Amino acid sequence: MDASVQHDQATIPDGDKLSSVMQTIAEHKGCGTSGGSGKASCGSGAGENDLPPEIWEKVKNHPCYSEEAHHHYARMHVAVAPACNIQCNYCNRKYDCANESRPGVVSEKLSPEQAAKKVLAVASTIPQMTVLGIAGPGDPLANPEKTFKTFELIARTAPDIKLCLSTNGLALPDHVDTIAGFNVDHVTITINMVDPEIGAKIYPWVFWKHKRYTGVEAAKLLTDRQLQGLEMLTERGILCKVNSVMIPGVNDKHLVEVNKAVKSRGAFLHNIMPLISSPEHGTVFGLTGQRGPTAQELKALQDECEGEMNMMRHCRQCRADAVGLLGEDRSAEFTTDKIMAMEVNYDIDSRKAYQEAVESERVAKVVARQEELASLAGQSSDIKLLVAVATKGSGLINEHFGHAKEFQVYELSTAGAKFVGHRRVDLYCQGGYGDEDSLETVIRAINDCHAVFVAKIGGCPKSDLQAAGIEPVDQFAHEFIEKSAIAWFKSYLDKVNSGEIEHIVRGDAEIRQGALTSAA
Amino acid sequence: MTLKIIASQCTSCSACEPECPNVAISEKNGTFVIDPKKCTECLGHFDEPQCAAVCPVDNTCVIDNSYPRYQPPA
Repeated sequence: MDASVQHDQATIPDGDKLSSVMQTIAEHKGCGTSGGSGKASCGSGAGENDLPPEIWEKVKNHPCYSEEAHHHYARMHVAVAPACNIQCNYCNRKYDCANESRPGVVSEKLSPEQAAKKVLAVASTIPQMTVLGIAGPGDPLANPEKTFKTFELIARTAPDIKLCLSTNGLALPDHVDTIAGFNVDHVTITINMVDPEIGAKIYPWVFWKHKRYTGVEAAKLLTDRQLQGLEMLTERGILCKVNSVMIPGVNDKHLVEVNKAVKSRGAFLHNIMPLISSPEHGTVFGLTGQRGPTAQELKALQDECEGEMNMMRHCRQCRADAVGLLGEDRSAEFTTDKIMAMEVNYDIDSRKAYQEAVESERVAKVVARQEELASLAGQSSDIKLLVAVATKGSGLINEHFGHAKEFQVYELSTAGAKFVGHRRVDLYCQGGYGDEDSLETVIRAINDCHAVFVAKIGGCPKSDLQAAGIEPVDQFAHEFIEKSAIAWFKSYLDKVNSGEIEHIVRGDAEIRQGALTSAA
Repeated sequence: MTLKIIASQCTSCSACEPECPNVAISEKNGTFVIDPKKCTECLGHFDEPQCAAVCPVDNTCVIDNSYPRYQPPA
C-alpha cells in the first residue's frame, strides 16, 4: 500500500527533540498566565514573540492556528471524505445548498486525484495558499483510503503545503501512526463534551466496530476515543486544535470542563464556535428550536476559558470545500470542470517569493502596532469596548462598508487592541443601491460595538449607524487595523476624560444563523 | 429478502459501500445501490445490516420485500 510506504519513509523526531517540543507546549499557557503585559492579543492571536520558536514555525502561516496568520494566508479544503461514522444533532447530511456555509456541508465530492489537481491549481493561482485541510463533508478518518491517498498525492507534488485534517475523533486512535507518517502536523478534533450524559443530548448514535451504538453508551465510546486520540497525537508532537460547538442549555457551561480536559491532554488551541441552527437546515436542533448563543454569551465563555489556554476566535465555520482567506470563499472559481480544463504550472519558487513579501508586510504591521501601543503607555482607564472593522485581509482597513461580508471585532483597552471575533453579515450594498433591511441586519450584528472602521461609507448608512450609537470611522482608510484602532481609542479616552463625551456600555449583538443569501 | 437503498433519500455519502461484507453495494447514477443477488442482510456476518447501521438518513437502507428471505447456507 502506498500509505504504508509513506509511513516507513516518514521522519519522526527523535525522542529528545520531541520531548523538548512537548515541554515547550506544556510551558506555554497563553496570555492568561503570562499576565496582561500589554500584548496586543494572546492565545491564537499570539505573535512571534509570544510563542516558543518551534511552535511559531508550525503556526506562523497556518490561518486556522494563528489569528495573526489568518489575515495573510489562505487555506483550502478538499471534499474527498463524504462518509461519516457518527450522527450529530447539529448536522443534516441531506442538506446541500450553494448558498450555505456551514461545516460538513459541500456541493461537490472529489476523488483523491481530482483533489490533488485542484490543490495544484489553487496553489498556483493563490500563492498565499499554504494549508490544505480535509474536513469532510463527512469524517476524514471514516474515509481513510481517500484521505490518505489525497495526502500522498499532494505531499509528492506540492511538498511545501501543510497538511491538516479535522475529525470527530471516533476512529482517531486507529490512524495516529499514519497521520504522523504523512507529517500531518495539525489535527483538529471536535469535542463537544467529556460527560456522556451531555453527549447523549448531542449525538444520537455512533457506528463503531460494525455496530450502531446509541445514547449514553455511544457518547461514552466517543469521548473515550476522542481523548485517547488527543493524547496519542500530542505525545507525538502533533499540534492539536479542539473545536467545540456551544449549544446553550446543553453544553455551554460544561465547555469550561471540556477546556480543562483537553488542555491537560496537551491541546494547543481551543475553538469554541456558536451553534448554527435554523429550522430550514433540517437538523435535529434546527427542528426542535434549539437556539445558538448571542455574541456576548459566546465571548463570555471564550474569555472564561482563555485563562486556561489559547482560544481561537477567528474561525469562520467554513465549508468542507472552502478556498481562500478565512472569511472569503473562492471555491466557485475552482469547480471540477474548471480545474480539469486548467493548465497547471506549479512554481514553488514564485510561491516562496510571494510569501516572503507577505512576511515583510506582516512585520510592518507588527511594528506599527507596537509604536502606537507605546503611545498608550501611562494611560489608565477601566474602559473596554468593541469596534468592528471592514477588511479584505492583510491586516488593513481596506473594505467599503457596503461591500463587507463580515466585520472583524477588536476589543480595545489600555492594554491594546485584541481580536475577539468576527460577525458575518449579508452584503449590504449590491450594485450601488442600499437595502434598508440589510443595513438593519448589519447593525444588529455589530450592535455591541462603539465604532465601525471602514475604507469608505455612504452618507445614508453613516447617519443610520450614528443614530444606532455606532460611530462610523473612515479616517483610517487603508491603514493597519490595530494601529488605527489604538489611535482612535486614545482619542476616545481623551474625549471621555475631558467630558466631551460620556462612555456608554453597549448592548448585545446577534450571531447570524442563516445562509449567505446574497451572491458573493 | 435483501436490503435496498431508497434512491431519493440517498445522500451518496458512500459510508455503506466499504461496510458491506458481501461487496454488494456500488455507485450507480449518483446514488448507491445494493445488488440483491449478493446481499445476505449481513446474516452470519454481523448482528445488524451494516448499510442500515451506518447510513446517516433513517429508513433509507430498508428490507426489500419483493425478494424472498435470504437462506444462510447450512
